[in-house]
Amino acid sequence: MSTLETRFAGIKCLNPFWLASGPPTNCGEQIMRAFDAGWGGAVWKTIGTQVTNVSSRYSSIDWNGQKMMGLNNIELISDRPSEVNLREMTEVKRRYPKHVVIASLMVESKREAWHEMVQRAEGAGADGLELNFGCPHGMSERGMGSAVGQVPEYCEQIVGWVKETARTPVIVKLTPNISDIRLPARAAKHAGADALSAINTINSITGIDLDTLEPRPNVDGKSSHGGYCGPAVKPIALNMVQQVMSDPQAVLPMSGIGGIGSWQDAAEYILLGAGTVQVCTAVMHYGYRIVEDMGDGLLAWMRRKGYESLSDFRGLSLLRMCDWKHLNLNFKVVAHIDESKCIGCELCYTACWDGAHQCIHLDRALAAPDTMRTPAMVAEESSRRISTTPIAKLDLNGGGVQGPYVTPLERIPRVDEEHCVGCNLCSLVCPVPECITMQRVDTGLVPETWAERVAANDGTEVDSAGKCAGR
Amino acid sequence: MSMSESTNFFSRAQGSVEVAARFAELHPPLEKTAAVIEALRCLYCFDAPCAAACPTHIDVPKFIKKIASGNLEGSARTILDANILGASCARACPVQVLCEGACVMHRYNKQPIEIGRLQRFATDALHASGAPLPFSPGADTGRRVALIGGGPASLACAAELRRRGVRAAIFDARPLPGGLNTYGIAEYKLPLAESLREIDLLAQLGVEFHFETVVDAAKLAELDASYDAVFLGMGLGGIHKLGVVGEELEGVTNALEFIAGYKSGTIHRAPARVAVIGAGNTAIDAANAAVRLGANEVHMVYRRGSEQMSAFAFEYEHAREVGVKFLWHVMPVGVVGTKQVQGLELAHLETTDDGSLVTRPGENFVLATDLIVLAIGQATHTEFLDRTPVRDGAKVRLERGRIVIDRDTGQTSNPKYFAGGDCVNGGREVVDAVADGKRAGIGIAAWLAGQRANSLEIAGGYDVNA
Repeated sequence: MSTLETRFAGIKCLNPFWLASGPPTNCGEQIMRAFDAGWGGAVWKTIGTQVTNVSSRYSSIDWNGQKMMGLNNIELISDRPSEVNLREMTEVKRRYPKHVVIASLMVESKREAWHEMVQRAEGAGADGLELNFGCPHGMSERGMGSAVGQVPEYCEQIVGWVKETARTPVIVKLTPNISDIRLPARAAKHAGADALSAINTINSITGIDLDTLEPRPNVDGKSSHGGYCGPAVKPIALNMVQQVMSDPQAVLPMSGIGGIGSWQDAAEYILLGAGTVQVCTAVMHYGYRIVEDMGDGLLAWMRRKGYESLSDFRGLSLLRMCDWKHLNLNFKVVAHIDESKCIGCELCYTACWDGAHQCIHLDRALAAPDTMRTPAMVAEESSRRISTTPIAKLDLNGGGVQGPYVTPLERIPRVDEEHCVGCNLCSLVCPVPECITMQRVDTGLVPETWAERVAANDGTEVDSAGKCAGR
Repeated sequence: MSMSESTNFFSRAQGSVEVAARFAELHPPLEKTAAVIEALRCLYCFDAPCAAACPTHIDVPKFIKKIASGNLEGSARTILDANILGASCARACPVQVLCEGACVMHRYNKQPIEIGRLQRFATDALHASGAPLPFSPGADTGRRVALIGGGPASLACAAELRRRGVRAAIFDARPLPGGLNTYGIAEYKLPLAESLREIDLLAQLGVEFHFETVVDAAKLAELDASYDAVFLGMGLGGIHKLGVVGEELEGVTNALEFIAGYKSGTIHRAPARVAVIGAGNTAIDAANAAVRLGANEVHMVYRRGSEQMSAFAFEYEHAREVGVKFLWHVMPVGVVGTKQVQGLELAHLETTDDGSLVTRPGENFVLATDLIVLAIGQATHTEFLDRTPVRDGAKVRLERGRIVIDRDTGQTSNPKYFAGGDCVNGGREVVDAVADGKRAGIGIAAWLAGQRANSLEIAGGYDVNA
């Protein structure tokens, strides 16, 4: 029987799904509804000195008809009095003792201020503390948030202060707005942090109103850079999580954050070592109810894979990440088009010609292969062709030379396997599942990495650390 | 009437409110959000099959992407650059066998992109904006072309000529331009007023219209003498007669007159019982119109079976949906009645081994009907060309009454004459006529430019490469 129950830095969790610190965790009433919906934990909207927020606060970018591919906010930490937040926190923990409540904290960089806030949060019943060293807008101008997270020394100092008094696990939330996220992570670990969470939001401007020329979100005609999140940031966040988790000097229990909205997203973070995952944008978009399929889908996948608990697969894909120099230069794949699935859109053709290596050709219906016929020549020929309305009944094939496939032969591209570099692009643009697959070609060469090649030329030993496992 | 002082044909549409109410659009316009969602579904194929299937080769993915990006001006320009009657084609085209029939989506998620409705969305937006066509007339070459017939072929040809600085004068027998686009397309597909609105924009390019002008041999000779080239775009002639007793009775009409009548406001109602003879797309349009005009029993009468009918499958379905009944394998042998039609006498037909049809004697029956609509094909209307002058040893060559052209340029065997549309292809779609007219317009302008270069060369000193 597979289970989603897990422990994170010593904290017992009903499931790995936590709400990230943000608008969905503004108050106790919300958090209790979230717990009812199935969330295992919630990181309370950052508590600190009460702030004043602006109106408006959020902006987003849509992509090809999909709303909110990326969301940006210029909202600050909680604008409610801290005593109200903490009183409600006590109430939530009283009613939901098995659910995890983490207090996200941010105060000015003074030892006493941190000591006081840590004690108040723990007094209110928090199961753990998350130090917000990541908020990239507004608070950073006041020397807090990412202004701390961007300087490893500050990071280390504040974590040290917190650890002097904290009795519950201390999670340090990292900012992605930095060249190497491992440096603040190492600092946090060095100062005794119990866990990390990553990433916070990314500095961004989502767009500009082309009528008024005002960037978004618009506050009385002006805007300010905000924190970017949502599906668009997931690849960036996954990379940062992996960097930290693969670094022996930084690795700690990790709560993964960034663009998570589905069970697949959660599984990917856990495969790169995350212990729990935090969700904000997807809930802002669709509500707390999304957690149901995150759990349901993840459990179903675990059963298919034979995993009984999250620890059975946590970090497994970390083993498959390595530096480029350790990749096998003699591994080769080439694109293969399944003619019976091809619909003849020719997106692979135009992508390969304009965006890759000119290895896909439209010459199946020609007498001989023609690798010199350019897209412009193809288009020109079509423009000169005279076509008329067919008098006969419905003909869905679009004319052309019919081969043994449903799609006319002339519209099914051909891969020049000899010259295909195996870049994947055609398979990425192909709209039909499993139509273009990348198939392994035996080069007859033994595996060789760049590191090995350089070493062989230098006569030096290869550094085997970080070499890909499972090769 | 001579020069077209009126460029507001739209205001002259004599639509009847009653007819309009009964001919609600078959394909209603897309609302803006729906249009963008549909546009985003387009895969943006390279060398797209939809564009190849379109006789005018509208760059479909290009105009659809412009809808998605919110560039409606550019979208309409993309459509109209390839097909100046893009607005009416969006409504009148049998897209199921053209662009949408070729859509790769049939082989993907099965639902083709609604290209016709998207095209209408873009062209409607242009019309609603009140903007002129996004093209200007070319610098005047001083050359003049007479175009015979004011239908889609001539309109498309005239637009290409104007864009190349050639003057274009259209001569048409009717009081309004557009030919079958205006008078012959089912109102639930293309309202008469919409056809006129589109032509108003063409008039702004400087196309001249001469209405109620019948071009016969004498008139053609006159035009031949005063124009630099002639485009023949007069379409087909009248609908064939049945050739049976009683055909002259009141209550026997033909599909073109019937459709033109209700579209232009002279017919408001159909009687209770209507029989349409024929099973082509025009016959279906007439039968569907009869139902909408209040007939409660409409029969279509055809010599062969449903599998041989020339109407598109989707048209047949449409007729069945509105309740049209079909009598297969029967042939009219007489019209019953004294002054007014009372019935249609029909004989059963069977197919012999050699494929010919023979009547089954002694089994004739009478279909009671109040109106008989003939839709058994149109004759050609090219006899008057017999008297065109011989040039370069050739007259305008005909084959089975159709004009023979060079398909790339529309040029006939008489080099000064070009042709396109139904009088060439025997009767196809609006979009085929537009494609013919477009190629001919380009062909005529090139031919005139060549003539000019030749004459200047002969005059001496003109360097064509200068």
